[in-house]
Parts: sequence; structure tokens; C-alpha cells
Amino acid sequence: MPPNPKPATPLDLPDELRQKIDAIVSRYPESPRAAVLMVLHSLQGRFGYISEDGIRWTAERLGLEPVKVLEVVSFYPGFHQHPVGRLHFRVCRTLSCAMAGSIELMEKLCELKGIDIKAMHGHRNPVLVSDDGEVSVEYAECLAACGFAPVCMVNHDTHEHLTADKAADLLGQYRAKSGETSAAH
Amino acid sequence: MDSIRYIAGKEPHPRERRMIFRNVDREGWDTRFATYVADGGYLELRKALAMKPAEVTAEVRTSGLRGRGGAGFPTGVKWTFIPPDNTKPVYLICNADESEPGTFKDRYILHQDPHQLLEGMAIAAYAVGARKAFIYIREEFPDAARILEEAIDEAVRENILGENILGTEFSLEIIVHRGAGAYICGEETGLIESLEGKRPYPRIKPPYFPAALGLWMCPTIVNNVETLCHVKHVIAMGGSEYAAVGTRNNSGTRILCVSGDVVKPGYYEIEVGRMTLGELIDDVCGGMRPGRALKAVIPGGSSSKVLRGDETFTIRTPDGASSGLALRDIPLDFDTLAACGSMAGSGGVIVIDDSRSISWVLNNINAFYAHESCGQCTPCREGALWMRKITDRVVEGRGTPTDIDTLLSIAGQIEGRTICAFGEACAWPTQSFIHKFRDELTGATSEDNAAKASNPEAVAQRRYLAEAAAAGSAR
Amino acid sequence: MPVEEALLPKDLAAAEGMVNVQINGVWHRFPKGTRLIEAIGKSGDEVPHYCYHPKLSSPGNCRMCMVEIGMPARLAPGAEPTYDDEGYLPIQWMPRPAISCATMVSENLGVRTKSTLVEEARHGVMEFLLANHPLDCPICDQAGECRLQEFAVGHGRGGSRFVEQKTKKPKNVDIGPRIRLDDERCIMCSRCIRFMDEVAMDPVLGFSERGGYTTLGVHPGRKLDHNYGLNTVDICPVGALTCNDFRFQMRVWFLKETPSIDTNCGTGINTVIWTRNDQVYRITPRENNDVNSCWMPDSHRLNFHYLHGQHRLTSSLVRDGDHHRSAPSHNAAGKVASALKSAPKGTAALVVSSRLTNEEMFLAKRLAEKCGISAIATVPREGEADDYLVAADRNPNTQGFLRIFGDQDRAATLQSLRDDVRSGKIRTLLTLQEDLLAPEAGFTQDDLEKLDFLASLHLLDNGTAAAADVVLAGSGFPENRGSMINVTGRLQRLNRAINPPGEALTNWEWLATLLRETGADVFDGEAAAFKALAASDELWQDLTLARIPDNGIQLYETGIKIPLVERERERIARGEING
Ligand SMILES: Cc1cc2nc3c(=O)[nH]c(=O)nc-3n(C[C@H](O)[C@H](O)[C@H](O)COP(=O)(O)O)c2cc1C
Ligand code: SF4
Ligand code: SF4
Ligand code: SF4
Ligand code: FES
Ligand code: FES
Repeated sequence: MPPNPKPATPLDLPDELRQKIDAIVSRYPESPRAAVLMVLHSLQGRFGYISEDGIRWTAERLGLEPVKVLEVVSFYPGFHQHPVGRLHFRVCRTLSCAMAGSIELMEKLCELKGIDIKAMHGHRNPVLVSDDGEVSVEYAECLAACGFAPVCMVNHDTHEHLTADKAADLLGQYRAKSGETSAAH
Repeated sequence: MDSIRYIAGKEPHPRERRMIFRNVDREGWDTRFATYVADGGYLELRKALAMKPAEVTAEVRTSGLRGRGGAGFPTGVKWTFIPPDNTKPVYLICNADESEPGTFKDRYILHQDPHQLLEGMAIAAYAVGARKAFIYIREEFPDAARILEEAIDEAVRENILGENILGTEFSLEIIVHRGAGAYICGEETGLIESLEGKRPYPRIKPPYFPAALGLWMCPTIVNNVETLCHVKHVIAMGGSEYAAVGTRNNSGTRILCVSGDVVKPGYYEIEVGRMTLGELIDDVCGGMRPGRALKAVIPGGSSSKVLRGDETFTIRTPDGASSGLALRDIPLDFDTLAACGSMAGSGGVIVIDDSRSISWVLNNINAFYAHESCGQCTPCREGALWMRKITDRVVEGRGTPTDIDTLLSIAGQIEGRTICAFGEACAWPTQSFIHKFRDELTGATSEDNAAKASNPEAVAQRRYLAEAAAAGSAR
Repeated sequence: MPVEEALLPKDLAAAEGMVNVQINGVWHRFPKGTRLIEAIGKSGDEVPHYCYHPKLSSPGNCRMCMVEIGMPARLAPGAEPTYDDEGYLPIQWMPRPAISCATMVSENLGVRTKSTLVEEARHGVMEFLLANHPLDCPICDQAGECRLQEFAVGHGRGGSRFVEQKTKKPKNVDIGPRIRLDDERCIMCSRCIRFMDEVAMDPVLGFSERGGYTTLGVHPGRKLDHNYGLNTVDICPVGALTCNDFRFQMRVWFLKETPSIDTNCGTGINTVIWTRNDQVYRITPRENNDVNSCWMPDSHRLNFHYLHGQHRLTSSLVRDGDHHRSAPSHNAAGKVASALKSAPKGTAALVVSSRLTNEEMFLAKRLAEKCGISAIATVPREGEADDYLVAADRNPNTQGFLRIFGDQDRAATLQSLRDDVRSGKIRTLLTLQEDLLAPEAGFTQDDLEKLDFLASLHLLDNGTAAAADVVLAGSGFPENRGSMINVTGRLQRLNRAINPPGEALTNWEWLATLLRETGADVFDGEAAAFKALAASDELWQDLTLARIPDNGIQLYETGIKIPLVERERERIARGEING
């Protein structure tokens, strides 16, 4: 399921998600705090990113100070504090992929979507979103498929041997797919 | 083995010996419980449950199995570090964070053969007395997390996991815990802090050795995915028979992950020490790319020290004699790579050919460590970022020759002075690249830059500190 | 056991639960479980450190405290140990330095704090800490007491090799009503976070981001507004956390430090009063493990501005018709003394504040005796204990009052005094450092108007002063010297840090003058009063004022416990902190 780019407040969690989170927390009777990553994954799965409200909600649910949740959320690139695109590209930046052309892949993606890659900063501004909100890009560190570089994740899918020349095609495939699903609705 | 067929184009190389990867890319294979059991799965768990826990540990000790996560520590020995008078719960954690650059083996076990891991974990948990285990899996493996959860559900339904496993007294709960994109969560104490829901700041050792003071300050055994899978094979073969696989003190098979400038990169499971680096590159991986020569090899993940393609190593054989060994003749085991000044590490072999600029390669690696330093301790937090900033400049053509010495001394100020081994991991690439490729790196810099490289802030700081020091000595 | 073996230093030490440690070539003996950093400190050497704080958990993150260590070589199986002439094993030095804050002493451990290895390690850490540190010293409040600035001079290289762009972080962050944060100065030692987590138990501080971008802060919408928050400023080794109240007021090297005690409640928190030219600039807690550990509440430490405020009395006043005019001290004192002396028996009373020192109370008692006054009351001041340090008893010396004036139901005594004033039985009243119109005293304007003569000794121009016939301009806590007994029964000393302003006199001087006016002998200073007091009470007999240790002395146990101190003892027992 592609992340939902619309900002929403997790305070209106659907019952089903609430129950899922209850089940997660119950797996850590030793300390509810241990559930924080898994709870945040659930929220991000639903909303696409972790909002301020999401941090507060999680803190309350687990009996923590909000800053202790912020400490965690802001540490991990896997959690976004702002909405990302419907298609979130994570391009591996690390050695084997870079040798195989992942930097060129990133440049190509940015070019295709008119994203100004110069605005990117690994820590301060890791995610760039296209103006239309369709695509966001981010560098990832080694995705553990280095033998099949360049490697790139699109939402939950991992693509191997994804050289820059295949970027346009891949984007097309995802568009076609989302076209199908929206047509099916 | 003969009956096993692999997907066309993904057949193992004839020199491989597939134990752990037996079912990876296997035709007709899937992750269902039934598939695994039909193939003889979970027999070893039954066998282990008929033994005493201490006997299982003894077999693993006899096997000589060494951890596949990076440090190569003997697994059976680690298991005996749980304090004998312990009364607290014991936890087992499977380290599925696989994030050492160049390493891609756990991924395929997790995605294609989850029950092998669960079986290995159940045996290990039985041996160490754990009733609860976690699989800490990196966030970038969302499908694997789902596959594992399904596999666990199935195993619980089949009484392979859960309460009173297979009618015995032994119970085990396994929880899949997802990380969120941080290399440091592979370091075992960072992992434990992360699992506890805190920032993954590694703990100081002493006193916080996980086997005594681990998860929630209880004894905790952390093992790599591949290591835990080997446990199943140790039980299947018996410790001494397993020890005969591979070479002395380097037993079993291990999966080598080859990436970079070879014709056929990929994963290859070989008997430890029974293949040389040259055979791996030239035979198994089809050699270097056409027209290219071998320049360097990073043999055990990006943290291991780089080896030069044309290097010859003087190593001491067990009988005390010393002999010269060319890079291509290094047998791929733990001890020889260590004797050559590097390490087998996580099995990630990165091959670099003569088209690559060393400063660019080093900069790429430095960027990784600067991004992944948790920032807890001073030398690594400041040093990793500083080293990246310097190689950034060198790559942009703004480096000065003194930068190379500065880099080396920064790395020296990190190594051995940090909380966790990340310090070494980020210092070793810089140190080894400079030792082996100093001329090329210096050549990438220019004297002319010395005059223009500094920024006004730095000049001000320099002056300021000199004044402060002078004032201080006067005071 | 053969005799020779029993004589080895290790056995001698072990018999006493000790171990032998060689520090810079000299052997010392320490109790097992001592942290190396503390052991080195006891040996007379100092290890520079940032993150370690004995009252907090030890993360070992700053790496400043590294020392060279060595241990006896591991013996080959079957090999016999070879002891040197003194009975120690040869030390094998380790190639890597170890942090002394988390290393425990062990038998035959060797330590070097001055070797090349150690110097290099410290240089390295200093260089790293300064790499991204701003050049703020000239405008930084911490200058002069900054551990970074100090060590930079002592252990730095002088020049910097860091020619890169410094990492930019938030400056001048408003993280709470009393504290400001400069993230560029923060060295990420996590002391403040650990304090808020472990001691204040209000975990509002945390790090965000990672690596070199790690940034201390609070969650948006939360504030560092805890009543113990300012302790983070004290323990911050640099100028990252600064106190709004003290910011830019004065360079610390101009300030005089006087050890004293807090008088805002019965705990008697040990303090340092920082002053210059008879002005208090700040108050900080002083370590006393039986009273306040290293901590103090913000409400108490900031409660000194009234000393220099517009309501401070700087000269004495006497009533002249319907207004007051200032009067020379002897004049004012004479009026009060004669009013007390001439009051018919049973018509005069004293209100003696439990904020007075023992010595002042003792003089007050003498005065009462001399003037034949038996109606003496104090004002109980009960609040809520805060479960940390603040005692329910908001008077600092209730115990002293009870010992000097006798055990009593203070509320009932005060009530009967109020009744007697209302009924017109008491017609002359002297109040010592109590505003009778304050709610806890419970007198009304009407009550005071019934009196023939009212005198107020106080430092402030309050409602009682307005109604008084004579107002004696008295002193506040940093102007007084003397002793008090805290709620647990501990005798502690208050030291004079400054002089009262203008013509104001200390409480002691006023009481001495009044006594003199009544014709009595007067002690030659507070110490002499203490001596006489001590002579009258067997518990104090061997003491003199000067001999009260800086950390006080337990006279007796009241059974009252200080919650924070109790928690700290538990943490020490559990091995979580050194203490
Ligand atoms: C910086 C750092 C990163 C590490 N990353 C991993 C990792 O991704 N996977 C892993 O299994 N071990 C990793 N390790 C090693 C673990 O700390 C630990 O030694 C290992 O999981 C133990 O398992 P083993 O004995 O089976 O090898 C890492 C260590 C360090 C210092
Ligand atoms: S060495 Fe680096 S990664 Fe390890 S604790 Fe220190 S800062 Fe963190
Ligand atoms: S924190 Fe210390 S070193 Fe930094 S600016 Fe302030 S006084 Fe100077
Ligand atoms: S603000 Fe001060 S006490 Fe807190 S982490 Fe930074 S340097 Fe340490
Ligand atoms: S380097 Fe890209 S997947 Fe490992
Ligand atoms: S004082 Fe910081 S590491 Fe020891």
C-alpha cells in the first residue's frame, strides 16, 4: 500500500489500527517502551509519516514523555517527520551501488521529476518531494543487495540492477499500477 | 543434494557447498511450513530437544562455529558466558540488521528460508535457556518481516514454537522487531537499546556485556542470522563432523557476498578457508570486468581494512615459519585475513578495479560512517564527520597534501577510544586506504589549495585558540 | 596457609575488602568497587572529565577521562606467579587507554595518568570537542568556570587543524522559563538529560537527530520548567545551559564564594553564595550527601532578589505622629528597650521567628528573661513537602526554636498570643523577623492597632513595619552568621557573605544592642553566644560555632527523611551510581 501523503492526525485512529497497536504493545510486557518502534511503524504505515500528533499520541500510549519518542523518531531515517511522495524512492548511496551508478540514478529521478537535488542534505534535509507530490527521493545507506547494484527501494519494493536508464520505465510501471488500482476503485 | 534444482540462471557455482543457502533460489521452494517440513525441516529441533541444553551447547563448542556477524567469536563459547548463578530471564536475539556495506546474505535467508532461521533459533534458545527471543530486522526488509511473522504463526500452530514445544517442557515465543534504518543497530548493545525503545546508543563494556547485562539488564545472547542457521547444521551433523568442514579453527561454510567490479557479483557459499581470494574473483565471479585490473579488495564489509591488488603479505604459519602470500592466494578464512592485517568480517567482499579513484572510494565510505555514527561518544561523532568533510574537499579538488596526514591522525584519535567498535569500523578504512594508497591520495590534493582552502571561521578559531593557549600559560 | 603467602599485599588488602592499585608508580589501597576516577582523585591526582557525575549514571560518552591501565599478565597454565620485592605482580600495560569513570579498581591494577598515551588521548578528545565549538568565550557566561575552556588551555593543541565549516545548530533557545540553551556550545555529555531522567524524574530533555548533528532540546510544547531544572545549569560543563537570572550579570571570576545554607525550608540545603560588593549574584547548591546531595530547587536558589529590592529597609524608623522618620540605630534601639523594660509584668510579648539562628534566638531568650517577658511565640510555616528536598516545614530552624524555647504546640502558643493581643492583655510587642500581618502569623490590622507599643525587627518594609512604632532595619540570610538545626536534627552553619545595606544592622547586632540597653552582659559575637548555648545543652557540649563542619553535624534524629537523599542511597546500594 503506498503511503498516504495527506497530513492527518493520528488522533482519529481507526479501531482496527488501535487494536493492532494494542496487540503490539501487549507483546512487550517487560516494558511498553520497547514497543515504540513497532508502534511508530504502524502509524507511519497508516499516515505515511510521523506527525507531531503522532509523536504525542505514541508517547501517551506508551507512558513516555514526548521528547523520548522524538529522540527515537528523529534518529532513524526510516521515520519521516514530513509527508513523502506517493512513490518514495530510496536510492542506495553506498559504495557498491555508487560504483554501479546509483548517483546517476538519483540524478535521473530528480531530473524526471524536476527536483532540485542541490537542496538535499543527508541529515538536515534528506527527503525531497516533487512539486506534484507524486515522487519523493532519498538516499539510503547500503540496502544489503550490493551484488545486484544499483539497488533502489520504491515504497516497500526493492529493485536490483536499477541503472539510470531504467528509471523512466520504472516510474511508468508504478504509474500504470496505481492507474489500475484507481481505475478499479 | 542432487535432487535439488535451482532457478535457471541462479544455479550455485560448482565450487560452492550449499548448507545455509541450500534453499535459496531453489526451484519449487517457498516459505511455507509444509515445504520446509517435507524437506526434512525441524528434525534437528526434535533431535536437540532430546538432548540436554548443555549438550547442545557442547556440540556447538565442538563444532568450532564462529559468529558470522563480523567479529567471528566462537558461538558455543559465547553461550557459556551467561552467569551460572543467573536467576533472571534469558533472552535470545537474532541480529537481522544486516547493514555492513557489502553484505547481503541474511536478506536471502530471511526472504526465502525463514523456517531454517526459526529452527536454528529454537535450538539456540533451548541451549541457552531463553523462553523469549527477538528477531531484530532492519526496516528495509519489510517483506521479510511479514514472511517471518507468517512463518512464526505457522510454527506456533504446529507446536514448533509457543508453549510446550513438541510436547516438551520447552516453550519459546519469537517476536519480530523492526528497526528503522540505522547501521548502529547492528552493534549488539546498540541493538538492545533500540529494542528497549531508546536511542540506539551502544553501551560501555565493561560492565554491560550482553551475556550478563543485556536486554532489560538480563542475560542476552545476540547472534547473527547466518550463525543461528549454522546451529541447525551443527546439530544435524554433530559437532565434530561439522568441525571437519572448512579448515582448522575456521570450520563450516560461509556465505561470501561479492560486489563491485567483477563480472559475476553475487553470493557464494563456500567451505571456510578452502578457496582463495583469487579463485573467488577469477573463477567463481568470472574475473574482473573486461580490460580492467584488480586494484583493491575490501574483504569483509566496508569496515575491514582494504587490501591492495598487488600486495604480498608475510604471514606466519602455525609451525612458526613465515611465508609470502600474494593477495590472490589468501585463503578466505578468519585467521589468514587477520594475519594479512584485515578481517573476514561479515563476508562482504568488495572488489575495486583500476578505473576507480581511491579518494572517491574513501569519500563514499567516510560518508557512510559520518551518516551512521550514533553521535554518542566524542571521537566518533566529531571524527567521522570531520573525515568526511576532508575527503569531500579532496574529491572536489580542494584538498591539500596535509589533509592526508590530518585524516590519518583523526583516524588514530578515534581508533581504540570509543564506546563501541564503530570507532574502529570508521577509522580502519581511512587508515588502510592511506597506508596502501598514500601516493594516489596525496596526488589528488594540491599545495595550491593550502592558501585558499580555509574558511574565515576556521582562521578565526585558529587565531583565537592560539591566543587562549598563550593567555592560559600566562595565567 | 603458609605464612609467607599470607603476607602478600593482595591478601592483606583482601582481608579488609580492599585492593591494591598502582597510580603513577605509587601503590595505594582502595575499597573494592571503587571507580578508578574516584580512586585517582583520592590519590591526589585529578582526571579531567565531562560526562561523569557521581550522582548520575555513567554513559562513558565524553572519553575525556581516559587513562593508561595495566594488569598482571595472564599466567600460562601451570606457571607460578612471580612477585616483586614488594610483593606485587609485574604489570602488563594495555595498548589502548581506558575510561576511568566506568572502570572499577581491581587487585594489582596499574594506572598512569600522565603518560604519552594519556596526553595524546586527551589532546585528541579536546581537539574533537573544539572542532565544531563556536568561538563564544568572550560573550559566554560560562567563561571562567567552563570545563572546556579550562581543559582547552591545559590539554589542547593551541592552534586548530579544523578548517571545515562548523556545524550550525540552534542558538539562544528558550527551553524553559529560567533556562536558555545554546546547542552549538553543547558537548553532548548528556548530564542534563540524565539529571532530568534520574533525579528530577521529569524526563523533558532529549537528543534529536544523530551523529555530528545531535541536538539537545525539549519537545515542542514541553518546557524545562521543573522546580529543579536549574541544577542542569550547574552540572552543564560548558555554557550550553545558562540561567536567565544570572546571564550576563557578572563574570564569575569577580565573585566571592561563601559556603552557607538555604533558609527557605527546614531542610537547610547547603549552598554557596556568590557575591560581590555586598550584593548576591547567585546561589548554587553545595554537596552534602546527608542533606541535599548536589541539588537545590529553583524556587529556593532564586529567592534572594528581595535582599536588594525596593522594599529593603536601609535605616531604622520611629513613629512621629502618623508617619515614620528615620532614626539613628541607638535611638531606635533605646526606644524599644525601654518599652519592653517598662511594660508591666505580663503585658509584653515577643514573636521570635523560626527563621532566626540559634544564636539570635538565644539572645532573644536572654532579652525576654531580662525584661521579664514570658509570652513568646513563633510562627509555624507549614507547606507541602515536594518529595525531593523541600520540607513541609518552611521555617529553617524550627528545631532550634524548640530546643531553645522548649517543646510546645507552636500553633496553640501563637493562637493564645493573638487572643491576648485581641483581649488587650498584651499591650507591648516586639516581632523578630516576622510580618504579623502575613497569613501564617494571622494578626489583623485591628489587632496591631490595639497595642500600645509595637516594634518590628525585619529587613523589609512590610505591613507590620507600617503599623509599628519603631522599625529596626535588620538583616537577611546572607548577612547573618550562626547555626540552625534542620528538620532531621542536623546542626549546620550559616555564614556571612555580605553586610547589610545602609544603616541596617544584622539581627545579631540589634539583639545585642537591645540586651545592652537593658543593662545585660552581651556575648562577644555569635561564637561566644554559641558557646554559652552549647554549655546549656549536653548535645552540643563539645562544639564551637567554628567547629561545626561545613557539612553540619547530626545532633539527633527526628525521624524525618529527605526523599531525594533516600532515593540516592538506594541507587548507590543498587550500584547504579557512585554517589
Ligand atoms: C558497528 C557495528 C555494526 C554491526 N552490524 C552488524 C550487523 O548488521 N549484523 C550482525 O549480525 N552483526 C553486526 N555487528 C556485530 C554484532 O555486534 C555482534 O557481534 C553480532 O551480531 C554477534 O553475532 P555472531 O556472534 O553470530 O557473529 C556489528 C558490529 C558493529 C560494531
Ligand atoms: S563509537 Fe560511534 S557509533 Fe559507537 S557509540 Fe561512539 S559515537 Fe556511537
Ligand atoms: S562553553 Fe566554554 S569554551 Fe564554549 S564559548 Fe562558553 S566559555 Fe568558551
Ligand atoms: S547542555 Fe550541557 S549538560 Fe546538557 S548535554 Fe549539552 S553539554 Fe551536557
Ligand atoms: S551498497 Fe547498495 S545495496 Fe549495498
Ligand atoms: S568522564 Fe566521560 S567518559 Fe569518563
